[in-house]
Amino acid sequence: MISDELVQLLTPEGERIAHPEYASDLGHEEILGLYRDMVIVRRLCNESTSLQRQGQLALWAPLQGQEAAQIGAGRALAPMDFSFPSYREHGVAWTRGVPPRDMLRIFRATTTGGWDPQQYRHSLPMVVLGDQTLHAVGYAMGVQRDGADEAVMTFFGDGASSQGDVLESFVWAASFNAPVVFVLQNNQWAISEPTSLQTKIPLYHRAHGFGFPGVRVDGNDVLAMYEVAKRALDNARAGGGPTLIEAYTYRMGAHTTSDDPTRYRVDAEVEVWRHRDPIERVKALLAREYGVHKATFDEVAAEAEQLALQLREDVLAMDAPDPTMMFDHVYAEAHPLVEAGRREMIELGIGGSH
Amino acid sequence: MSESIFLLPDVGEGLVEAEIVAWKVAVGDVVTLNQPLVDIETAKATVELPSPYAGTVTALHGAVGDVMVVGAPLVVIETGAQSATASPSTPAAPDAAPASVGAGRTPVLVGYGVAEDDAVVTRRRRRVAPVEKAPAPVVASVTASRPTRSTPPVRLYAKQHGVDINTVTGTGRDGLITRGDVERSIAGASAPATSRAPETTTRFVGRELESWSTGPLEERIPVRGVLRSMADAMVQSAFGAPHAAVWVRVEATGTVALLEGLRGRPGLAGVRLSPLTIVALAVCDAARHFPGLNSSFDAPAQEVVVRRRVNLGIAANTPRGLIVPNIKGADTLDLRAMAVAINELVDVARAGTTTPEAMLHTTLSITNVGPFAVDGAVPILPPGTGAIIAVGQVAKRPWVVGDDVVARPTVDLSMSFDHRQIDGALASAAIAHIGRFITDPAAAIIGG
Repeated sequence: MISDELVQLLTPEGERIAHPEYASDLGHEEILGLYRDMVIVRRLCNESTSLQRQGQLALWAPLQGQEAAQIGAGRALAPMDFSFPSYREHGVAWTRGVPPRDMLRIFRATTTGGWDPQQYRHSLPMVVLGDQTLHAVGYAMGVQRDGADEAVMTFFGDGASSQGDVLESFVWAASFNAPVVFVLQNNQWAISEPTSLQTKIPLYHRAHGFGFPGVRVDGNDVLAMYEVAKRALDNARAGGGPTLIEAYTYRMGAHTTSDDPTRYRVDAEVEVWRHRDPIERVKALLAREYGVHKATFDEVAAEAEQLALQLREDVLAMDAPDPTMMFDHVYAEAHPLVEAGRREMIELGIGGSH
Repeated sequence: MSESIFLLPDVGEGLVEAEIVAWKVAVGDVVTLNQPLVDIETAKATVELPSPYAGTVTALHGAVGDVMVVGAPLVVIETGAQSATASPSTPAAPDAAPASVGAGRTPVLVGYGVAEDDAVVTRRRRRVAPVEKAPAPVVASVTASRPTRSTPPVRLYAKQHGVDINTVTGTGRDGLITRGDVERSIAGASAPATSRAPETTTRFVGRELESWSTGPLEERIPVRGVLRSMADAMVQSAFGAPHAAVWVRVEATGTVALLEGLRGRPGLAGVRLSPLTIVALAVCDAARHFPGLNSSFDAPAQEVVVRRRVNLGIAANTPRGLIVPNIKGADTLDLRAMAVAINELVDVARAGTTTPEAMLHTTLSITNVGPFAVDGAVPILPPGTGAIIAVGQVAKRPWVVGDDVVARPTVDLSMSFDHRQIDGALASAAIAHIGRFITDPAAAIIGG
């Protein structure tokens, strides 16, 4: 059950390799689609970092290096599946159809949300570490009770894997055989804390102790991520219970724009991972196996550029909301204490008329 | 064509300043959108700032090594009319000179800081609560109408007692207004007869230290920001200007009575008065009577500069450290205007939004050590000034009246001066003048 092998279907050089349990049957168009997804989310992420550095966003959590883990898992989801992200899953949000501008609203502090979770079957970014895993398991238990043909996927990191919430969610998922797939993106660093200090065993081994399968995947291999995630989701829908997928990857950039990774990790390590880039290997595969030309790659790049400019325009057009907006959705219905707080804020001249 | 000004943004959730590490463009360069302009170092990180505009660089503010305040103009770019979309930061902000303000604020990144000069993290630093800061998407105007800091119960308490919370000075952490502050305001205790020094403080060089038992055996703290500017100024002054000092203890009955009499007057509603208000008036009055006090020694020019305008520096203990902003033209202010100016100076300093301009061209200073419950101090001069007056706590002490010893409110005044141009006779006469003002402000005001 515990395999020390990393599931990999595509080497960093872009060559396919065989795996005893998994194989990719995606074709030219589908692989090009994954490539396009990854190029676009990386470009949008770069633009977002720039916007933060220009004072237009309060914060940004870059995803560079984790494109394959997010796109592979996100594209494996069926339309009615529900996903519960952390705060770095912009790639997953993209696969769910969330407009990029809506992803940035919370980072510009113009809203406490950003989109309608039901519309995209994708919940709002969870900043409290690991909380979303409990929400996901609870939702999955609801799916069971509805008898729906849906699976649930939740995303968290190696840092969150040390949180009690995550471990409790494992217990509940196992006990109820809930249709949930845990995607642990092990990007090696919990801000400045290396994974080696947080765990003495490979993280995917933990699943075994809770009574469900764990699998480690090359998180920079979008084909492997897609296949492993798809099988885990199918298994969940078929009543097979939870799976822990450890996407073994690397955070190429900072934890957030408030972080400076050069203070705690060495360039040589980053350099090693640069050679494992998730996008380059797919590009190499497309060029070699399907004869995709430079013109096509240029088209994708141009599309990404256009989307980045559009994103910038959309963000700059976002106005600051009335601060009293924060009282709007504390409770589903009006609450006297919350309303008193709102009134007081208005009296103090902080908020506007509402 | 139009000019767009890129103001230094807060790149790290509550930072107040950044140091310029390297310019990547020069005046005259044509830059594209997102082209790297400059590397800056903040308390948290060294980061590259990409250009928010495409166009031609027409001005760079600050040189390598300069510490810039968040919100200050950094780069001016001449943009074509077509790039009107990217004009989020083109306010009419004044041209702020690079200044050494702020810093030392402990990083507020979610999670733990890391050990300096240590690639592998071996110990954790104290987790620090994020400072209040509206994560303003628009980088302009960081000082405008900052709401007073307090907590809802204290606001309510103030409201119930008819106290305008905006007039209360916060003594809590980072200037937070506590219930005690409101109570003091209700009691009208603007001149506390007995001050109290805090029983413990872990605040040091603008940061929170770990406790004696949990902190590392030895800790090295980089000298930056306010700490660096304080260190530079003190060394420059202490070893550049020969200091001498005089001091005097005076009866403060007249000042205490005056403040008492003014309390609650409609014309002074919302204005906080304290002995410092009277001392500030006294110091300006002394400058008028002894103009040599308001002088500086210009060594390179071999000239003594006498100024007939007082820019009165008030040493302010802020969460970021010691800063000395000044009140421009303080000698032209009456009592009410002086009180308002001091209140504003203190509030702005505590809020961390003192502008570089407010710290330039000080001519004469006051350091009010009374609130720290000490009797006096021998201060070091702010560089480029001739004298600084320290004010101790006003407290009842034994005082000889006739042949009797009676309890009277008294205060110790001391003055450090630059002995190159100011001699002991002038300094003594000036401090005595200030003392007489404190003892009998009424007499001084009507024509003393």
